[in-house]
Amino acid sequence: MSAVEQSSAAHNGHAHAEHHQHQESFISKYIFSHDHKTISKQFLVTAIVMATVAMVMSIIFRLQIAFPGESFAFTHFFLGDKWAPDGVLSSTMFLALVTIHGTIMVFFVLTGGLSGTFSNLLIPFQIGARDMASGFINMLSYWFFLAGSIMMLASLFVEGGPAGGGWTVYPPLSVLPQAIPGSGTGMTLWLFSMVLFIAGSLMGSLNYIVTVMNLRTKGMKMTRLPLTVWAFLLTAIVGVLSFPVLVSAVVLLIMDRMMGTSFYLSEIHIAGEALDNMGGSPILYEHLFWFLGHPEVYIIILPAFGISSEIISTMSRKPIFGYRAMIGSLMAISFLSFIVWAHHMFVTGMNPFLGSVFTVTTMMIAIPSAVKVFNYITTLWRGNIVFSPAMLFSIGMVSTFIAGGLTGIILANSALDIQVHDTYFVVAHFHMVMGVSAIFAMMAGVYHWFPRMYGRMMNTKLGYLHFWVTLVAAYGVFIPMHYVGLAGGPRRYYEYTEFPMFQGHVMDLNVMITVFACIGGAIQLVFIYNFFRSIWYGQKATQNPWHSNTLEWTAPVGSMHGNWPGPLPTVYRWPYDYSKPGKQEDYVPQTVPLEAGEEEH
Amino acid sequence: MMTLLIIAVLVLGFMVVLRLSRVAALASELRGDREEQIPERDNRISGRMMWAFGALYMAFFIWIPLHYHDVFLPPAASTQGVWIDSMFTFNWWMLGIVFFGTNIALFYFSGKYYHRADRRAFWYPHNNRLELVWTTIPALTLTGVVVYALIVWTKITVLPAPGTMEVEVYAKQFDWTFRYPGKDGKLGATDFRLIDADNPLGIATKATMAKRLDELHAQVAQETADRDARAGILPNDELEKADKHIAHLRRQIEGIMNLQVLMQEDIAANGNNSTYLKGADDKVTKEFHLPVNTDVELIIRSQDVIHSAYLPHMRAQMNAVPGMATRMHLVPTITTDSMRAVTKNPAFDYILLCNKVCGISHYNMQSPLTVESAGAFKIWNIMLPVFEKPGAAAKEVAPAPADTAKAEATAAVATAAPATNKEQN
Ligand code: HEM
Ligand SMILES: [Cu+2]
Ligand SMILES: [Cu+2]
Repeated sequence: MSAVEQSSAAHNGHAHAEHHQHQESFISKYIFSHDHKTISKQFLVTAIVMATVAMVMSIIFRLQIAFPGESFAFTHFFLGDKWAPDGVLSSTMFLALVTIHGTIMVFFVLTGGLSGTFSNLLIPFQIGARDMASGFINMLSYWFFLAGSIMMLASLFVEGGPAGGGWTVYPPLSVLPQAIPGSGTGMTLWLFSMVLFIAGSLMGSLNYIVTVMNLRTKGMKMTRLPLTVWAFLLTAIVGVLSFPVLVSAVVLLIMDRMMGTSFYLSEIHIAGEALDNMGGSPILYEHLFWFLGHPEVYIIILPAFGISSEIISTMSRKPIFGYRAMIGSLMAISFLSFIVWAHHMFVTGMNPFLGSVFTVTTMMIAIPSAVKVFNYITTLWRGNIVFSPAMLFSIGMVSTFIAGGLTGIILANSALDIQVHDTYFVVAHFHMVMGVSAIFAMMAGVYHWFPRMYGRMMNTKLGYLHFWVTLVAAYGVFIPMHYVGLAGGPRRYYEYTEFPMFQGHVMDLNVMITVFACIGGAIQLVFIYNFFRSIWYGQKATQNPWHSNTLEWTAPVGSMHGNWPGPLPTVYRWPYDYSKPGKQEDYVPQTVPLEAGEEEH
Repeated sequence: MMTLLIIAVLVLGFMVVLRLSRVAALASELRGDREEQIPERDNRISGRMMWAFGALYMAFFIWIPLHYHDVFLPPAASTQGVWIDSMFTFNWWMLGIVFFGTNIALFYFSGKYYHRADRRAFWYPHNNRLELVWTTIPALTLTGVVVYALIVWTKITVLPAPGTMEVEVYAKQFDWTFRYPGKDGKLGATDFRLIDADNPLGIATKATMAKRLDELHAQVAQETADRDARAGILPNDELEKADKHIAHLRRQIEGIMNLQVLMQEDIAANGNNSTYLKGADDKVTKEFHLPVNTDVELIIRSQDVIHSAYLPHMRAQMNAVPGMATRMHLVPTITTDSMRAVTKNPAFDYILLCNKVCGISHYNMQSPLTVESAGAFKIWNIMLPVFEKPGAAAKEVAPAPADTAKAEATAAVATAAPATNKEQN
């Protein structure tokens, strides 16, 4: 929390005080702020804190997987005697860490953190608005998010430990405390934390949609919106349509846990006793969960697409190739993401015909995804590429998305999925696309828009170091992981020691993965150092450091109420006039009127 | 050893950070550099690193399967496995081409077109024909992939021929139990309320229902007596809990009595074909055997939470979902002995493992599978004790615990309590 206050404080310390009509109190300015810029920073810093926690968790359980039963001071330092007696991670805590790591990363970092930060920062700036449609609801959206985060972290400290059934919390495991210790108080906190998170996310999304629809400045037609805004808009729409379904899934789960209903329970005999519940089905939960769960993964990757499109075009000094095709594929992906959910359920005993249908729809998603990749590559072709750290991360994003998208085609194939479902192959797939690809886009966004957020620059050389080591480590972790999965290695196993077939080279791969994970984790310290140091000591930013066309760079450096001192800027062209023939400069901001006889691209 | 290494990496990493940042900060201050102005030299270096990394990445990608080739599963040991393996091969080739093609283009262009002040990027906002081409090509390729996938999927999931042998695979925290049909070739009905120490799968016969009712009545009597005896001493909430539990037991009794009615009706309607008469000769065991080259249908059930029956060598998997029975059928094609020869590993065993997180011992919920010739399987199967000795059911009372066949089955079941799981292997 204090980091949030301080970061905003530092940033505003030298702000343009003359633009403030009245002196706001510290609290209303930095804590209960209605300003989209402050809220964006609050989201970012909270997400960085959450990501750090989740990353430490992953190092702890990776150590156990690669060196089962070995004692680690690192593990003991964080977990103490209760969860790591003699420095050996307990099997209960192992499952809890896997669960909370996944939950935090998927929801609190890549949904809240990514959309929350960049939708808030960029939507008003890039459409030329003074703020979000409702500053108050925007503030609430952050506070719900923060309350959810705190509750999730609090679950780490309760008796029985946090939820331990995996981030998908399938019942009956998640309903019955007899089944696993984490399904006691820990699970209750998990569920309420998610409800808060979803409430916050909905408020945010509605605000983003209304803002983009209504508050675009003069001349900002939909076809002149930067791809970032398109991506944020579609993300928000997908979120509004799918998150409520998760709420219903969660509410029914809460009722099964607390009120004795049987939505998900039937014919269970556990801990020596038959339960009364009859007639429910855990499969119902799986459908409800994945009806959100799949769109959710696109809620994560769409903003990542938006950010990398913007950065790749700007830093290649070249218009994004196929602007309309990019919008079209974003729309296609958003639509298709709603009709593929049951590909997570090919082996639940679902009717095989349904399996066929979902195989077809899922494969269809690969088409717009492929179009996007081809368009990125063509944008780079014959560009004039400035390798800022943000650009490096964006290229890394495309490369890792290729790897993850291609394994998606294996998983979409219901027959092949029989073999690899719930093995490390799936884990490798989704970490490639969100654990690496989406995280890279988030990093890219931070490096690129840091001057817009804090009025200062991040250190470029440290950015290079951060990028290259992270890239090598990420591939070092996730390429070998595919092979563990192809060897039949199941996910969420505390240790492989009980299986002769997973000894030898499979364990060698596991050790390799863990070593790279430790390197990758350690290098993030460079980022954290660079980030927080630059907030206070970074080089002062100039008005438009990347020579970009979009509106956020026409507003004065630093933070001011209402974003622009005078009237709002007027827009005359699309945002991608880079290296346009006949122009002196290699960029033409959107506020520059068309010359006589000039075609709008 | 590894701990040290990791700590060393961490410490080293952090030292590098501090050193580099100080050097960089000093140098840039001296030169008056701006962070966003990236000199041509740095862009060239980044471009070259893109090339170097791209090459390294491709090499790493190829090296791993070459060097660690023995991590791959041995050849598929079922007919469906063979289909899946060949479809995998097809997919690897197709995806491999796309993977190398796109990555090479990505890293090559990135490195080639690094920023130079005297260059200008090529203005190329769109090309409809090109976009059409690379939308249709993936679409057509994927159509091929989908058609192939659906053909294999349909073959795998086709309903088994009538009369296919059924084997029940029963999951509970944290072990597997198996049930083979007796002479009648049919598995009998089950009900979760009938589960007790002697009847781990809750097989529903006249005898098990009667016995379970006796047990429950005794338990109700016992708990009621306990409760009344301590009524003055216990705090209210404890009393309430005791009452609730007694009510719960009564509901179980009611449920079983309803089941008895159902059974009577079913027997009246179907006579000797009633599923309630099929369970007595079933065979419950902790060992998993399958005959080679025979289509078997696995009926998969769970007692408590979701599990997943995963047979990696057979390329077969199906979830075990409480409250419903899921099914899959497969034809094992290689006996355990032949597979030992193929893998040159005399200790090789097929394995059934749990592949859906189910609790703290999930990582050790496994059972070996023996695939043997039809003859050997028959002999093994005949030796298994039947669930109820003929005649026991007719008496409509619980058979005495001394009943040998059942005692054996019970003993086999009892060895696998969760706590002793680890020692088992
Ligand atoms: C070409 C596009 C993609 C296809 C065809 C695809 C397909 C699939 C399929 C079929 C599964 C289920 C595998 C299984 O459980 O056996 C899966 C899992 C998953 N995918 Fe994708 N995917 C694609 C892209 C993405 C993207 C972009 C993301 C996220 C940013 C993503 C995130 C996930 C996650 C999180 C899971 C696993 C969830 C879990 O079981 O814990 N996928 N994918
Ligand atoms: Cu999905
Ligand atoms: Cu299990």
